[in-house]
Amino acid sequence: MITTNALAAIALTYVMFLFTVAFVAERAARRGHVDWLRAPIVYTLSLSIYCTAWTFYGAVGSAVRGGFEYLTIYLGPSLVMIGWFWGLRKLVRIGRAQRITSIADLISSRYGKSNLLGVGVTLLAVIGTTPYIALQLQSVTLSVDVFAHPESDGSNQLMTAFWVAAGLSLFTVIFGTRNLDANERHHGVVMAIAVEAVVKLFALLAVGVFVVWGLMGGVSEALARVDASALGQWDVQGGRWVGLTMLSAAAFLCLPRMFQVMVVENDSDAQLRLAAWAFPLYMGLMSLFIVPIAVAGLDLLPAGANPDLFVLTVPLSQGQEGLAVLSFLGGFSSATSMVIVAAIALSTMVSNHIVMPVWLHLRRDAASFSGDVRHVVLLSRRLSIMGVLLLGYVYYALSGGGAALSAIGLVSFTGLAQILPALLGGIFWRGATRSGALAGIGIGFAIWMYALFLPSFGEGVILSRAVFETGPFGIAALHPHALFGLGGLDPLMHAVLWSLSLNTIAFFVASMVSFPSPIERLQGAQFVNADLAATGRRGWSGAAAQSEDLMVMAQRILGAREAQALFLREARKQGVSGLLPDPTPQFLEVLERELAGSVGAATAHAMVGQIVGSMRVSVEDLMAVADETAQMMEYSARLEAQSQELTRTARQLREANDKLTRLSVQKDAFLSQISHELRTPMTSIRAFSEIMRDSDALDPGQRAKYASIIHDETLRLTRLLDDLLDLSVLENGQVNLNIRRERLSDLLDRAVAAAAADEMGACIRIDRSTIAEQVVLETDVDRLGQVFINLIANARKYCDARDPALTITVTEDAGGLVIDFIDNGAGVSTEAQDVIFEKFSRVGDQKAGGAGLGLAICRQIMARLGGDIRYLPGQGGAAFRVIVPAALEQAAE
Amino acid sequence: MNAGPPPPLFVERQTYRLRRLRDAARALPVLALMLWLVPILWSMPGEAVSASGALIYLFGTWAALGLSAGLLIWAIERAERRARAAEDEARARRETAL
Amino acid sequence: MAGHVLVVEDEPNIIEAISFILSREGYRVDSHGNGVDAAEAVRARAPDLVILDAMLPGRSGYDILRELREDPQTAALPILMLTARGQTRDRDLAERAGASRFMTKPFSNAEVLEAVKALTRSTA
Repeated sequence: MITTNALAAIALTYVMFLFTVAFVAERAARRGHVDWLRAPIVYTLSLSIYCTAWTFYGAVGSAVRGGFEYLTIYLGPSLVMIGWFWGLRKLVRIGRAQRITSIADLISSRYGKSNLLGVGVTLLAVIGTTPYIALQLQSVTLSVDVFAHPESDGSNQLMTAFWVAAGLSLFTVIFGTRNLDANERHHGVVMAIAVEAVVKLFALLAVGVFVVWGLMGGVSEALARVDASALGQWDVQGGRWVGLTMLSAAAFLCLPRMFQVMVVENDSDAQLRLAAWAFPLYMGLMSLFIVPIAVAGLDLLPAGANPDLFVLTVPLSQGQEGLAVLSFLGGFSSATSMVIVAAIALSTMVSNHIVMPVWLHLRRDAASFSGDVRHVVLLSRRLSIMGVLLLGYVYYALSGGGAALSAIGLVSFTGLAQILPALLGGIFWRGATRSGALAGIGIGFAIWMYALFLPSFGEGVILSRAVFETGPFGIAALHPHALFGLGGLDPLMHAVLWSLSLNTIAFFVASMVSFPSPIERLQGAQFVNADLAATGRRGWSGAAAQSEDLMVMAQRILGAREAQALFLREARKQGVSGLLPDPTPQFLEVLERELAGSVGAATAHAMVGQIVGSMRVSVEDLMAVADETAQMMEYSARLEAQSQELTRTARQLREANDKLTRLSVQKDAFLSQISHELRTPMTSIRAFSEIMRDSDALDPGQRAKYASIIHDETLRLTRLLDDLLDLSVLENGQVNLNIRRERLSDLLDRAVAAAAADEMGACIRIDRSTIAEQVVLETDVDRLGQVFINLIANARKYCDARDPALTITVTEDAGGLVIDFIDNGAGVSTEAQDVIFEKFSRVGDQKAGGAGLGLAICRQIMARLGGDIRYLPGQGGAAFRVIVPAALEQAAE
Repeated sequence: MNAGPPPPLFVERQTYRLRRLRDAARALPVLALMLWLVPILWSMPGEAVSASGALIYLFGTWAALGLSAGLLIWAIERAERRARAAEDEARARRETAL
Repeated sequence: MAGHVLVVEDEPNIIEAISFILSREGYRVDSHGNGVDAAEAVRARAPDLVILDAMLPGRSGYDILRELREDPQTAALPILMLTARGQTRDRDLAERAGASRFMTKPFSNAEVLEAVKALTRSTA
């Protein structure tokens, strides 16, 4: 027989192990190695705190007493998890987005950061959870007792319970309030309870396997034994089956500890996705062997043995001490993990919704008071943890650990399920208001207290015996188990029915008739449209806020480093150069949300409010945004579209204006150039014609010379006008192409001849590749010839080589026929290359003749022909490339 | 250039598949609820249901529902990945086409 | 001796015309055909009058004019500016640059002669 001391040593060793796990995880998190801490499997396992000692031990007891009813406790949560896509996903996202710290914070935050609601939910949670904690203490002491002498006295039990409570509060204080994380995540605790989840599943499965295969001899034998036992028939009341499934589903969402691990500790959708299917399977496994164990206990143990302890006593009665110890550790794990997380969740709520507001109220200037608020927050958390555990212990001690406790699980579930209407209404219904939530939770709470919680202490303990006989003051309609005359129901179902239905009705009706405050409407929009509206909450008018004061406060709550990083980030976002951002409403919102992660939404709101000065948000200020988020977003989308449209139009206008300006400048320059080109020959003409008119004494040679000057200049004018007209026609696209077929060599022959006919310019040698030129073109050959003439003439005019030569090469490529004109002169300077195709651009000496329109005309012609002309740099001379498009070209016959 | 070409057809298909899978994820708890409400019928007066039959039914549906939830989530994640990949690819193609 | 005139102009026909008109009246006419070294040519030949075209290859006539006005040796030299662009902007530009007289092409021979006479007389 294992002694109590040995058991204590084993338990202590196990606890040390958990400390180590938590410590290592915490240290890893601190060093930033959080990947494995955030693994979805850890999250899934941490959800197993749903299975407390009440289910580890109590499920078997419940099966013995109520048959298959125990399954409902697991089926409800399984439904919720399988239906993650409906509600949990949204809840978890809201929790992450709004930095929710607890279920009280969620309700308070949703309903306009109402601290009254926060306090109400906190009280409900404390009242509902305390007996539950007591239940865990009881189960640990009972399980220890199993190993101790049967005749041990009660004081021993109290001592055990006390030390367990003390040890748990130490663990929770150390790992639950280690830091004031803005995300309120406890990696150490979560890792420890994940390990405990494995231990308890393993222990229960081990006992089950032992029972089914070790004692009963296999699955079919076990099933036969079950059928033959007192549990052999399905005898669950339909109403209780449905009611309990729904109740446990509701409690799964509302229990503070479940909310803590499921929403607060969550940091990704991936975690939820694994849990959604793995957690139902986990619970299936947890409940798989409950019935065989119960049947074995009924068979093997003497009548009157406590069925709540069959998990322990069955292996022990078979001399399986090792298995019994394992089972004990499983139960111990179930109890401790529940207590730890419940204590963290409750302490966060108590500290954020009761202690901090009171503390803030007591010192009105507290937020700007020098000193570290973090110490206050942490201290209040730690005291709250100890207070919660002390409360649990006191409850256990006072209730005497009687049978009353074993029913407390469902009583507690019912109490916390009162939050459900406000919770679901809050995240799915924009119309839910603070008054509705208050009314619903208030009425539900009252009915629960009166019809279920107080009677659970037993008749005559708190409610007098007379109340249970005739109703209070003899009013039968107020009988706690038959409210409004609805008798004959199971007391639990009676209370569930009345509390939840009246709760929901009150919530709905009060929401319908009341009108929410602006903050409530904003928060409602944010919660219900969690997927849509990531931003847009505007709460602070924030004119008088001093950034420095905010900094001082934020440092004391978030810690200096985090606060400075936050302020710096926000300052950069605003484009402010220093460390202090302007207290814009946006910044105040961000800051408040960060603070809310540490102290809860209501407190954070109050603290920022103390500094900013205006606690109230003016309705006028908010009406525009508060009305309908959908409208708001549509409106803003429209505004954005309009502003984009405006920007686009403005840009187009600017471009058009630029173009017009450019055109105007070009036109001026063009006119000025034309004027120059026309006036210059006219000057000569006028001067010489005046000379010839006025001077009689001209000799015939002079007369002939001057007449020929006049003649040449007239030709020059004519040529200029021809060019101008040509260019104008080409530019306006009014040109009619005269498409003909001609061999390229013939075309070039004509062009060379025409260019040579112009007496101006030097004589130039022309190198041609006659074979490549045997290509028949189908294009406007006259226009193309004009281009060739121009290029050859240019080479004659400008090639400054001692022995000028022009090489004409013809190649074919994918783009068409490529004809290059390359001379051996100095070429065109890089700057000039850009402008040679512009009108009136002339390179070098003006005396070369033309008005500088030739290349401009060439470019226009090639554009009309669908080809191109461009300057080829780096050919050792002036080089022009003419590209005739492939479509107009045909291979030589 | 402001209005790109419509996304290719197969992206639509991916999105469609994803939507139907999400519908299935929504429907699964309804199925679970229906399956787990069946025991109400057992408590009706008439032929009693044996404990072993009840156990096999409940744990069988439990395992089946859990596994199908897992399968569904796996399929959703795969569909999401594919839809994303197809979208990226389409975007890349659009960009190179420009 | 009526004076020494330097014509800075790139159109040979115009130079010929001006030379004919002025030399008939007894002026000695020299010419220079590009803008780049026109200022040097003016300094080197030290004429009594310069007829300067506004658009010269290599350098703008206004630039040359400005340079001549900054040089004390040529600051007071009468300069007749010719332009073929006949816009008021050009006239302003010429006056600001310090042209003694401004004339738009095409000009009448009598006009040029009268201007040259007036400008050389005032300095003689």
